[in-house]
Amino acid sequence: MTASLSRSGRSKHRKPFPTHIIVFLAPAVVIYGLFMIYPLFDSLRLGFFAQVTRGVEQFVGFDNYVTLMTDDAILQPRLLNALKNSFLFFAVNMLVQNPIALMLAAVLSTKTRGGLLYRILIFSPAILSLAIAGFVWRLVLSPLWGIVYDMLKALGLGAYAQPWLGLESTALITLALISAWQFLGIPMMLYYATLISIPNDLFEAAYVDGATDWQIFWRIKLPLLMPMIGIISLLTYIGNFNAFDVIFALKGADAGPNYASDTMMTFFYRTFFGSGFQKADPHMGASVAGTMFVILMAGVLIYFFIRRRIKTYEL
Amino acid sequence: MSGIDWRHLATKVMKHWMLIAFALLSTAPVALVVINSFKARRAIFRNPYHLPTVETFDLVGYETVFAKSQFHVYYFNSLFVTLIALALILLFGTMVAFALAEYSFPGNYLLRLFFLLGIIIPIRLGSVSLLRLIDSLDLIGTLWALIVVYIAGGLPFAVFILTQFMAQVPGELKDAARVDGASEYRVFWLILPIIRPATGTVAAISIIPMWNDLWFPLVLAPGEATRTVTLGAQQFMGQFSNDWNALLAALSLSSVPVLIIYFISSKQLLQGLTAGAIKN
Repeated sequence: MTASLSRSGRSKHRKPFPTHIIVFLAPAVVIYGLFMIYPLFDSLRLGFFAQVTRGVEQFVGFDNYVTLMTDDAILQPRLLNALKNSFLFFAVNMLVQNPIALMLAAVLSTKTRGGLLYRILIFSPAILSLAIAGFVWRLVLSPLWGIVYDMLKALGLGAYAQPWLGLESTALITLALISAWQFLGIPMMLYYATLISIPNDLFEAAYVDGATDWQIFWRIKLPLLMPMIGIISLLTYIGNFNAFDVIFALKGADAGPNYASDTMMTFFYRTFFGSGFQKADPHMGASVAGTMFVILMAGVLIYFFIRRRIKTYEL
Repeated sequence: MSGIDWRHLATKVMKHWMLIAFALLSTAPVALVVINSFKARRAIFRNPYHLPTVETFDLVGYETVFAKSQFHVYYFNSLFVTLIALALILLFGTMVAFALAEYSFPGNYLLRLFFLLGIIIPIRLGSVSLLRLIDSLDLIGTLWALIVVYIAGGLPFAVFILTQFMAQVPGELKDAARVDGASEYRVFWLILPIIRPATGTVAAISIIPMWNDLWFPLVLAPGEATRTVTLGAQQFMGQFSNDWNALLAALSLSSVPVLIIYFISSKQLLQGLTAGAIKN
């Protein structure tokens, strides 16, 4: 009886929730809820537990977090180091990838012969896995093969050539630059799409008034790009704060040399699964993930706060 | 007047120089790897910028890869996982998108937020609990573990994009079908061809992170038999880190097929990306 009632989807009367809507929603809600939302929140919960004896868990409140942040000889320095490195990894991507992507998009959005080919080629590394792209760069940067050394010599910069991936001072920045290189095409395409959606008459009026290309970029295009710059900054933050693949593939779980390339995600992996110098502790791992969760959310909130404050122009 | 033309030409030349430089920077590293994967060890180091010649041509790297690893298995695993996950992401994603865009029901807005959450928070942060869940379902070390996790991880983005496209399908079309007595399921079915361009874009963008993922194969299914291309290549290269022929061959084997598919479909992918970005 109820089933036949709910079939009449469009009636205005109060009725039981229509079956067909449930059918449309159920598979996705169940899988996404069970394998994504539940584990995320359950992991947060596990961060407040610890294993007392084999197989027995006990609620310990903020103990794991306190241990993580204060009184452990290994964990606290590692956490601070990983935190600093994660922000540095993000900062390098933000400051190198973002402006270059914007510049390329600005150039490509003007009438350019072969524009599509340029876009296809510059975007192409983004479809490879970070582990693969990272290995490609490891070979290219290898002093043994000497490709980058040759390039620098050709440019008269031979003296600057160093095994960057192996040095404590440069390993992390090199890894971040590899990641920036690989995904340059994504922000480039997003900026490009925004730029070509700006109607031409907006510039034509400015040209008639005698504005230069440079003025048009700063006065018209850039203000219209502000929302996209915000979105891309947020995406860069979310994507890079969790950097893992390229570091794990090239430097292993211990993110050497001497933890110089350790980020929050490699630290999380080590805490969770253990490594040569750290014993596996899933609960402590969950606390590391919880810390990352809070930092990520703080970033997202800052983004929404700034976005509200900044005047944006809509077409 | 001719002075202005010179300036115009100079900017044009500079523009193309810059674009060529970046195009080279983006493609040369992989190209060098592929070229050298077909050469003997001495030629790799002596003249890395030359194409293989009759004397320097050598497939020893590929022989090592095929003898010491199971790349065909890795490819099968990656294809199996990504294709099943992709098909189900698209099916379930369009179903949700249709329901969210078509019907107003209590909880519609909340449900949109529920799915939005997954775009902001990386699924990897739930790994501790996810590992237990997958373990309790007896899926550890199986490809199905990867499939369910990738579906869950891919749905938020698919729902987000597809809902916006669904909202643009004209109402008359659906109402005409309903007047003819079509069920809601039938209406959904009739709409599918209309949003096909959007589905294509979502498919292209969803498949890349699944294919390339290193984290979940490592955490949930690290065994030799269930390795995906990314994990298999990573482990192989860790083991053979001094065998340059094998390294170059393994890198080529894991990147070239993907690049070929990309170059074939790139025009559509990039146009879809452009259109999608403008819509949002």
